[in-house]
Amino acid sequence: MGKVVLMQGNEACVEGALVAGMRLFAGYPITPSTEIAEISAVRLPQEGGKFIQMEDEIASMACAIGGSVAGVKSMTATSGPGFSLKQENLGYAALAEIPLVVVDVQRMGPSTGMPTSPSQGDMMMARWGTHGDHPVIALCPSSVKETYDLIIRAFNLSERYRTPVLFMMDEIIGHLREGMELPELEEVEVIDRKTVKYPEPKRLPYHIKKGKLVPEMAPFGMGQRYNMTGLIHDESGFPTNSNEEAEKLIDRLMHKVSDNYADIVKCEQVGMDDADVAIFCYGGTMRAASSAMDEARKAGIKCGIFRPITIWPFPEKELLEAAKHVKRIIVAEHNYGQMVLEVERVVKDACRIDFLGRYNGTVITPDDLLAKIREEK
Amino acid sequence: MSRQEIRLAGSGGQGIILATVILAEAAIQAGMNTAQSQAYGPEARGGSCKAETLISDQTIGFTKVQNPTFLMALTQKSLDQYGPEVSENCLVLIDSGLSAPQDMKAKRIVALPILDTARTVVGKIQTANIVAVGCINDLLGITDAKTLEKAVLMHVPSGTEQLNIKALEEGFKLAEGHEEK
Repeated sequence: MGKVVLMQGNEACVEGALVAGMRLFAGYPITPSTEIAEISAVRLPQEGGKFIQMEDEIASMACAIGGSVAGVKSMTATSGPGFSLKQENLGYAALAEIPLVVVDVQRMGPSTGMPTSPSQGDMMMARWGTHGDHPVIALCPSSVKETYDLIIRAFNLSERYRTPVLFMMDEIIGHLREGMELPELEEVEVIDRKTVKYPEPKRLPYHIKKGKLVPEMAPFGMGQRYNMTGLIHDESGFPTNSNEEAEKLIDRLMHKVSDNYADIVKCEQVGMDDADVAIFCYGGTMRAASSAMDEARKAGIKCGIFRPITIWPFPEKELLEAAKHVKRIIVAEHNYGQMVLEVERVVKDACRIDFLGRYNGTVITPDDLLAKIREEK
Repeated sequence: MSRQEIRLAGSGGQGIILATVILAEAAIQAGMNTAQSQAYGPEARGGSCKAETLISDQTIGFTKVQNPTFLMALTQKSLDQYGPEVSENCLVLIDSGLSAPQDMKAKRIVALPILDTARTVVGKIQTANIVAVGCINDLLGITDAKTLEKAVLMHVPSGTEQLNIKALEEGFKLAEGHEEK
């Protein structure tokens, strides 16, 4: 067994990222994500990496993109207001296929909202915040330990699929300190992107070799000259107005994620074998749900939990299957109703769906959930 | 040790958050589960502030304190604010300079000169939080003195170790002969 240490969620985010190989953090501090920037500033130089505070969130997103294009695993972290600003460059990273990790420690919005209060109000922005059709991978941790493990997975997915990965934390987990067991580092799987080792004349930067999922990347600065753009491009990396090429590119981007659903999508199901009522929750809300489930079971109510760990793509196959075996699903989230829309889309009439939303800056408690569980039909 | 829901309150700058972090660290060092969190606010310095540590030998689901088993208040304002919220069975530690509000239901109250000890015996008012940590550990029996000392040293700024160990020892002494009102 590894050593158990007391760690804060935001700290675990940095420590896990370092294990995954993060060597550049570019950011602009904002509550409740600030510790991620602070700790990165201390830890990165110790690990031979670089920390840079940019002038704002737009620039920090651009800087992380630049770092990654130069071959360095890069991360940026923010909260809602900054996440809004990062959306434009997020689209660029999705289209140009740049691996990087964007952390959003969600706080109450809209706008600058309530800086120190928890929320899960950016879940749909994660999916639809940047314009145009693009694939999204987004993960949601519900403990300090899971933050550590899952940020490593976020980097791995971004490297494997050459796409930005969104790490959707919330203030509950970001500011929580709890014990976590450090893994044996040699047992941690770290995936690195496939790169071009030597410059090749006439190399097509977006050409995919047979049997490969994504184009190999040539780190900027290694001698390979090529173009990278936010315009629709063909294999040459140069812009094109060909409708055929446009359709081909968008199809390929969407399919590289959707065709690998089984590899990307993970969820946790607790007590679902015999459950009559399921709590659907993610992130910090899980903690209230697990206490509520224990209480409900003590009272003889067969309660279970369905928790997406990967929130985008949405775990629709698993949820639909689970919905067929319960009478009710209670969707609990810290917003006015976001992922409940996905649950409704997927579950349809397979079972009853109830909603428990919280949007006043307080957290959903186990008692809130118990009251919902006991609600008259 | 049974489940403890610890809430500490005071004014911003008194080191209330650090005290809960040290108690959480002590719990980890003693092999127990813990969850520590704090209420942040724009009034982080000067206004009332509260921080919490849950300690349990069971897995911790919900991470926030709901029914405090222990409350400490270092200022009258924070005692007036958080005192009435706790139940009859909650153990309440207050600084001797404070008076319990009339609408406080808690029956078990311990008053100790925490601030005065930090100021006059240790010689630095900023060590009040560590004096308090010593008192709290004695009252709740979280861990042994050695383990707590280790937890303190893991979290205080370098250069202040000796001062803080003295504060901790004074805290132990204060709590030793305490009386519940």
